[in-house]
Amino acid sequence: MTTLDQPTATAPTPVTSRDRPVRRELGVANTLSHGFLLLWGLLTVLPLLWMFISSFKTNSEILADPWGLPGALHLDNWARAWTGAHIGRYFLNSLVVVTGSVSLTMLMGATAAYVFARYEFRGRQVVYYLFVGGLMFPVFLALVPLFFVVRNAGLFNTWLGLILVYAAYSLPFTVFFLTAFFRTLPTSVAEAALVDGCGHFRLFFRVMLPMARPGMISVAIFNFLSHWNQFLLPQVLLQGDESKWMLAQGLFALSVSQGYAGDYARLFAGLSIAVLPVLAVYVAFQRQVQTGLTAGQLK
Amino acid sequence: MKHGKWPLIVTFLVPPVLLYVFFVVSPYLQAFQISTTDWLGYSADANPVGLANFKTLWHDDYVWNALKNNAILLGLVPVLTIVLGLFFATMLAMGGRKGRAGVTGVRGGALYRTVYFFPQVLSVVIIALLWKEVYHPNQGLLTAAVHAVGLPAPTWLGDPATAFWCVLAVMVWSNVGFYVVLFGAAMSAVPKEIYEAVLLDGASRFTTLRRVTLPLLWDTVQVAWVYLAIFALDGFILVQLMTNGGPNFSTDVIGVRMYDTAFGSETKFGYASAIGVVMFFLTLSVAVLSLRVGRRERIEYS
Repeated sequence: MTTLDQPTATAPTPVTSRDRPVRRELGVANTLSHGFLLLWGLLTVLPLLWMFISSFKTNSEILADPWGLPGALHLDNWARAWTGAHIGRYFLNSLVVVTGSVSLTMLMGATAAYVFARYEFRGRQVVYYLFVGGLMFPVFLALVPLFFVVRNAGLFNTWLGLILVYAAYSLPFTVFFLTAFFRTLPTSVAEAALVDGCGHFRLFFRVMLPMARPGMISVAIFNFLSHWNQFLLPQVLLQGDESKWMLAQGLFALSVSQGYAGDYARLFAGLSIAVLPVLAVYVAFQRQVQTGLTAGQLK
Repeated sequence: MKHGKWPLIVTFLVPPVLLYVFFVVSPYLQAFQISTTDWLGYSADANPVGLANFKTLWHDDYVWNALKNNAILLGLVPVLTIVLGLFFATMLAMGGRKGRAGVTGVRGGALYRTVYFFPQVLSVVIIALLWKEVYHPNQGLLTAAVHAVGLPAPTWLGDPATAFWCVLAVMVWSNVGFYVVLFGAAMSAVPKEIYEAVLLDGASRFTTLRRVTLPLLWDTVQVAWVYLAIFALDGFILVQLMTNGGPNFSTDVIGVRMYDTAFGSETKFGYASAIGVVMFFLTLSVAVLSLRVGRRERIEYS
């Protein structure tokens, strides 16, 4: 094995003779690495593909040959899931709630983070760490009292309650991330604007917020995914009224009822309905999703 | 210039702080208070019992069993995920070396990154329900695959000997893609000349990864470690939906224990809160410890 200390030994040898064994070694390593990459890709895709294909099969086909292709496209599975199991309604419910909660999170997170990043005042550190401390703990630690807090506030079984709770529990990460992001923005622009007589509010909405766009997009994507994927909070805070359920609850109910009914095709169709739009949006906007993640590094 | 900053500070800070204190801080604080009572839920009285709940907890074999499982997850999930994440990210960033020393990504790297990230955009519920079917002992994808090779298939989630490892595998499966993208982003911020210089000097891939990439990515790896550690101490939804702690408590984790205690057949809110408080301190210590142990000097390249 060559190490960092040996460049002088290899350097004087002629280029042609040095190149060949290196190339061959790289060729083998390349095949190997491609193999591993492909393997993990298959591991990721296969379960999803299987779910999708199975959603078009009849239950007897699923039981007889799990790897087989459907004899015909049984779209009635999808219909049974969409209307019979109300997956369509739950999907829209989730969309409404998550739109509300992400908007609220971004508004509150950005304003708080901006203050922490740009203004000096007594107790700033304490309040900041109060927020960031929340990063450490899973929601379920506070689940029991939270249930009563929400109920006593008259927000039990309401979407508003869910939106407020989602936003509250997303603040630690949002504030932490955006504070760091606001700090990276150049101070000179803000100072110049203030000298020119720009008010503090105007400065935030007209100058700083637009400058923070990459960071905002990044953290909005994070929040969207975590709110969309939330299961525990709706399960506890939105127990009663089935018509108000979130998608995750509907899918869980579908899975439980499948255990009795043996309707695997409907479960796979329900899962596909939940997966496909999300994957489609992700693939279409993956640049944004991935730039979102890497926003800290870009510009 | 400081003139007139207070209206903004107050308007910007008060609503988030109120929301946060009301829904986050106060429940956590109440959890501490409830943990010292024998509260049985909805209407029953809550009598202060001091630390009795914690004493019971200390002798609760089910809690210890769940903690043991969390400890194994904590030992394995972050390591496996980070190693696989770094491995694939390195492959994608510099797997295809064409030219004499040019560092180029593997062909189709963007596609790999897209696909690897899939589990991250899926809800945990979907992942759990899907894998439950993949592991189905009769018509599961995996069972059928093993049968196809001609081997007898285990019952996966139905067998106390295998269930835990099946759940662990799903945890790693669902996390790796995110860290591939995260590490990949961090790597792309490292100036290419560094890699080119190292490769020109004849360093092997492994040496490059260990001596160059890892130190440069240390901050990111550390953050990943803390997140994964917290994930491993939680792991609640995945376990609840896939096995609900069974069979025979072999996949039980502390989160499931707490949920069952609070919202199961008996609503022992006092005792459940005590479990929550213990978890609170465990999570805190693990997070602080990983940050302390992993502290190194920051490397900055301009």
